[in-house]
Amino acid sequence: MADHRDGLPQGKKGNLLDRSADEQAVFQDPGLPPHRPRTTDVDSGAAKRAERQVALLFAISIIGSILFFVGYFGVRVDGDIYSVTDSAPTAALRLQNLLLGGGIALGMLGIGVGVVHWARTLMPDHELVEERHDVVTEDQRAEAEQIVGTILDESGIKRRPLIRNTLIGAAVLAPLPFVGLLKDLGPLNLTPLRHTLWDQGVRLVRDPSGTPIKASDVTLGSTFHVLPENLMDLGHEEGYLDQKAKAVVLLMRLDPDIVTVTPGREDWNVDGIFAYSKVCTHVGCPIALYEQHTHHLLCPCHQSTFDLANECEVVFGPASRPLPQLPIQVDDEGYLVARSDFTEPVGPTYSQRVIAVNEMEEENGN
Amino acid sequence: MSASTTTQGNTAEYQADTNVGKIANFVDTRVGLSPIIKEFGRKIFPDHWSFMFGEVALYCFIILLLSGTFLAFWFDPTMVTTEYTGSYVPMQGVEMSAAYASSLNISFDIRGGLFLRQLHHWAALLFSVAIMVHMARIFFTGAFRRPRELNWVVGCLLFVMALVAGFSGYSLPDDVLSGNGLRIVDGLARSVPLVGAYISMLIFGGEFPGHGIIGRLYIVHVFIVPMIILALVVVHLFMVVVHKHTQFPGPGRTENNVVGFPVGPVYAAKAGGFFFIVFGVLAAIAATVQINAIWNYGPYDPSPVQAGSQPDWYMLWTDGALRIMPGNWPFTWEWDLFGLVTLPMAILLPIVALTVFIIGMFTWPWIERWVTKDNRVHNILDRPRNAPARTGLGVAAMVYYGVLMIAATGDLIATHFHLAVNDVIYLLRFLFFFGPIIAFIITRRVCLALQRKDREIVLHGRETGRVQQLPHGEFIEVHEPLDEYRRYKLVAFEDNQVLPAQQDAKGKVTGSEKLRGRLSRLFFEDRVAPVTPAELDAAHHEHAHDVHELESAGSSSSGH
Repeated sequence: MADHRDGLPQGKKGNLLDRSADEQAVFQDPGLPPHRPRTTDVDSGAAKRAERQVALLFAISIIGSILFFVGYFGVRVDGDIYSVTDSAPTAALRLQNLLLGGGIALGMLGIGVGVVHWARTLMPDHELVEERHDVVTEDQRAEAEQIVGTILDESGIKRRPLIRNTLIGAAVLAPLPFVGLLKDLGPLNLTPLRHTLWDQGVRLVRDPSGTPIKASDVTLGSTFHVLPENLMDLGHEEGYLDQKAKAVVLLMRLDPDIVTVTPGREDWNVDGIFAYSKVCTHVGCPIALYEQHTHHLLCPCHQSTFDLANECEVVFGPASRPLPQLPIQVDDEGYLVARSDFTEPVGPTYSQRVIAVNEMEEENGN
Repeated sequence: MSASTTTQGNTAEYQADTNVGKIANFVDTRVGLSPIIKEFGRKIFPDHWSFMFGEVALYCFIILLLSGTFLAFWFDPTMVTTEYTGSYVPMQGVEMSAAYASSLNISFDIRGGLFLRQLHHWAALLFSVAIMVHMARIFFTGAFRRPRELNWVVGCLLFVMALVAGFSGYSLPDDVLSGNGLRIVDGLARSVPLVGAYISMLIFGGEFPGHGIIGRLYIVHVFIVPMIILALVVVHLFMVVVHKHTQFPGPGRTENNVVGFPVGPVYAAKAGGFFFIVFGVLAAIAATVQINAIWNYGPYDPSPVQAGSQPDWYMLWTDGALRIMPGNWPFTWEWDLFGLVTLPMAILLPIVALTVFIIGMFTWPWIERWVTKDNRVHNILDRPRNAPARTGLGVAAMVYYGVLMIAATGDLIATHFHLAVNDVIYLLRFLFFFGPIIAFIITRRVCLALQRKDREIVLHGRETGRVQQLPHGEFIEVHEPLDEYRRYKLVAFEDNQVLPAQQDAKGKVTGSEKLRGRLSRLFFEDRVAPVTPAELDAAHHEHAHDVHELESAGSSSSGH
């Protein structure tokens, strides 16, 4: 009853070693089952047929390899791909890819299936038995131990601790230069993480056209992907992408009635036009999705959701921090410009962030 | 001056007759070919369909090396800006990195380049599939037990290296999608306490994205990681030779032998042929199914990103771990410690979740050995049903992994099934914690049920589907007893039992020993023992009555 040997979960105890002697008996190994001949073993016609099938498969492989060269030399891809006016080259490229790949596929499959079919039907299928041996025997171990003892003894490393200890010291230090060399993989100055190209008076321009934005262009519900104007002069070699990766901004006009603005940020928006960093505070993806009716911003990478009505507070997802807001104002010509740089580092968190935030606050206070 | 080149005093040296024989003999006498052929020529390998997954992984790796070498001839791993002048119209005149431009050239202007790219990518995907299925096979059959624990560790390292290889390769074309992957790497690197921002600076050679990352990933992808994988594969296979392959229980198979086919010719033909089959299947996929259409995404730009951007499948679980972590619930998961250090726990905890999985994987052979106190050599595999707790745990781990993997597609699930993405994530958060537990319980019960089914079959025979009527009107289904070979397969397994906490030398039961005892109870409390000959006899007596009745009924009916 308490024994679970029948597998019924009857209780929580008592399934231990209390089996009577005759139950200890187990079935004896009957040995390898007798070999059952295949049709190809007993019927020479079947064997002949299998031989022909294998040869046919090898022939298919030959045809496949030829097909590759038919595709390689026979199909001409002349002209532009994905051209609006002429779709022939694109179709030719597709056909060529199919023929090249299909030819190689047939060439390989013909050999593979043929050889396996050969092995299964015509090569002997008698199972053989091989004995295993211990990975290591006691004799070997003792012998090895003795050899190691001799080696240690002859080297004298145990008897001469001065040599041993200096060697350990040398061996520990010797690789360190190569670790040290890795330091120059990159600069170790973290201050660039605090700053972007935004600064007082830098115009907000459209990405990618680079045209400046008038406050009146920003209608309720519209959204702009924005760059700092001074980025447009930057070449790729001068760190265009590095700067762009930090400076990208989303701009939209919100209904002033639904927006809450914390004290100190009242003049960061222009009549309900708000600018926020587009770099997610989670791991840095660009926040590209704007849901107008819920006034939420959604990161397409990990679905962090930010509420524009509450200064981009996180309402869902893995981000922990609101998106930094870019303070903006209008210049003499009516264009939107930055009031200053971001007041905190943009993008994903790093350990020194809290120090950076505190120091940046002090700087701004002064 | 020696008179003769033959060794003095010996019988004349062997002289080959044929040309092939002469070449073989030359090599043999210089490097010793004969011992190698003697060792491997007729070495026995057991045959089972589940043993081929490791082969698939190996063959994928070879195909990756081949196709990757071809790609490297044309790929330009630099971030120098150039203007695209190739034949793909939508990108003509666009400024882009040389890496992306050369990726486009491989796709459109090198004949067969698109095929090679697609072959390489598909092979990488199948490589990681094969590794994981192979690992599952090893786990569920207990093949990692002594003496193969270290080979399990090598396998786990190969799994990790496959992820590194895949990710580093995925990032090379420098398109928008792969650049966003690197952006996430930057975010992850920055999250490391104290040194994170510096690590990011060192990886990217300054601020993200910098100008160096593609070249650095290139050397990782084409040199460092393949070399490590190659070395590990050599060690892996060397250990397979040392240990000889495991085999499933069955008649004639013992802990001390290997039953199967010899390398030459059968196994070599099957395994060799299988390489060509894997190659052929991958080539067929690469010829017909498009993958990673980098030309649609455009060169890397930090500003745009598409909705529904997912990494390659083997990285999904890492992305999913990031997605299901709440950033602000029930409180904020970004901690400022003493105004000195910021800890982004919403990134660190998912990394912990991934690390736990990896560490559990590496250490499982030792954990199981500790719980079962079983330090014996195991060359006979467990059928998964005969190790219900291990199988349950394996499925639990798969559910854990699977939940993280599915979480990375939460946005796609939401859009395809018209659900709120929030609800999908809430459900997955629940499943992350409770899914593995539910999976463990269900799987263990299914295993026990399957074991009971085996008992039924052994005791009462196979159901034949023939229904007959007894003289007194009862219908019975005729069961056919198993032959001894099939029966042995069903009864030859180890009857593991609970090993309660033991006293140590000082007569104390330590806390860890109590824990071990409890785990042992969890493992083996509910179990199904193999049928014994005595039980079978008893069952036969029971049947004899029915059979007798049936036979007499048969003879009387024939008299009508």
